[in-house]
Amino acid sequence: MPSLSERVLKVRSKNAGPFWVTIDIFCGSKAAYDEVSAKLSSARVAELYDAPLQTLKRFDIPELNVVKFSLPRPVVQGGREDRDMHGAGWAVLLEEAELA
Amino acid sequence: MPTRVLVPSGVLGLGFDRAALARGVAAKPDIIAIDGGSTDSGPFSLGAGVSKYSRAATKSEWRQLMQARAEAGVPLVIGTAGTCGTDATVDWMAEITRELAKELGQNVKIAKLYSSQRRETVAQALSDGRVTPLTPAPEIDAGRVLEMTNIVALAGAEQVQAALATGADIVICGRTTDTATIAALPLARGDHAGGAWHGAKIAECGALCSTNPTSGVILVDFDERGFTVEPLAEGACCTPHSVSAHMLYENSDPFVLYEPGGRLDVRGAHYRALDERRVRVEGSEWIPGPYTVKLEGARVAGYQTTIMAVLRNAHYVAHAREWMEKLTAFLQGEIASRMGLAAGGYHLDFRLIGLDSALGALENRQGSPVEVGVLGIVTAPTQETAAEIGKLINPFVLHYPLTEDEELPTFAFPYSPATTDRGALYEFALNHVLALAEPMEAFRLEVEEVGHAEFV
Repeated sequence: MPSLSERVLKVRSKNAGPFWVTIDIFCGSKAAYDEVSAKLSSARVAELYDAPLQTLKRFDIPELNVVKFSLPRPVVQGGREDRDMHGAGWAVLLEEAELA
Repeated sequence: MPTRVLVPSGVLGLGFDRAALARGVAAKPDIIAIDGGSTDSGPFSLGAGVSKYSRAATKSEWRQLMQARAEAGVPLVIGTAGTCGTDATVDWMAEITRELAKELGQNVKIAKLYSSQRRETVAQALSDGRVTPLTPAPEIDAGRVLEMTNIVALAGAEQVQAALATGADIVICGRTTDTATIAALPLARGDHAGGAWHGAKIAECGALCSTNPTSGVILVDFDERGFTVEPLAEGACCTPHSVSAHMLYENSDPFVLYEPGGRLDVRGAHYRALDERRVRVEGSEWIPGPYTVKLEGARVAGYQTTIMAVLRNAHYVAHAREWMEKLTAFLQGEIASRMGLAAGGYHLDFRLIGLDSALGALENRQGSPVEVGVLGIVTAPTQETAAEIGKLINPFVLHYPLTEDEELPTFAFPYSPATTDRGALYEFALNHVLALAEPMEAFRLEVEEVGHAEFV
């Protein structure tokens, strides 16, 4: 099965303030968008990030061929347990996820 | 009245295209607005009340903007001065401004908008029910509020307008929302409110909304129906896609943005290319709401000492996690017996660089690294205790063996001393809003005139 990064243009993650992280999947084409939007379930994303499903926000944006997820940061930015201050590294979990 | 806002870059200190800035000045803007910070770099800046960017970089860029202001003859506004927008960093920015006025021979009227909040005032507001948590918010009570090192409120357009109304040439703002310094003048002149906030959001990161993100300079024309955005660097273009996609950036919701006194809703916005570099946006909506301002606060959550070692021996690399777990258990015993400190009295954390140091428990891949970096982080209630633990564990981090019957190994320490005292660990302690009876209730304005022309 292909990984998401083989299907899409780019996956970007970044803090949205100290308490949230947001992940943007730039699909790059309508075909890729339709595939990602249909096959990538919110439950799968919640599982990847070990986040409660009900805290996950999802935006499917056909005008931009973007699927976007936002979730509360597992640890607040810069706290003792934080490992990635800017949250940019979380994108790889989706990049490497298989598109079932 | 149409309003032209020149935005030199997304933040002061990161640099901008000088030729593009000159084009912006030649385009006769009504105001020059730049951001000076955000929480993006973490809690240290707010906790300590210092700028993240160097004074030298800040001063050299501010010099160019003060020259641009003098040439354009319009106000120059900076939001969130000194990264965090505390009173201390507003004063730091004002000091730099005074020095430059003298060096440039400029007479300038400076307005300083202060955003720092007294802890006691916030604690009182909390008990009065005027402080409301956002999601997710750290638990707070009056005691927690009183131990914060800095608390700021995020000013909106009204406070920036009050500063501009003093007739100041230069406005140095404490913490503002990212958009407030750009939206303030268009709103004051009666331009479309949805367009003012939306255009400000698009322009607040400078040229990040264009096809040449690092070029910095952006020009936004606001009017009674919406706004037009144009990048000024050679070869940079704004497209409907680059502009609309910018609403995704660092926003948990790409369609709704909360500001003091209401919210911006861009679901009805339409983006149209005017030509190959300019984009026209109309249809965004401003929905007025209660006048609340967001609060940011930081507190000291301990003091840290770090230690770094590198495992290169193949056997130790292959057994790095087992080694680290045994070492941790051993060190807890040593710290308990030699310092009398129970495991709850400090925190010792080893991150294995090469295995999972970036993602921790979320990591789902395994590889075969050539070497493994071992980053030990000690957090304790005082720096003395953290440093003492660092010194105590130092020889074991250097020599700890996997088995008892082997010759003592020695790992690579990259420098001497092996331990580094990091000082205070700050943490963000507020994600709340404060209700205000009127916009200036939580903010202070001071005006000063700096005249040095006679020395030139």
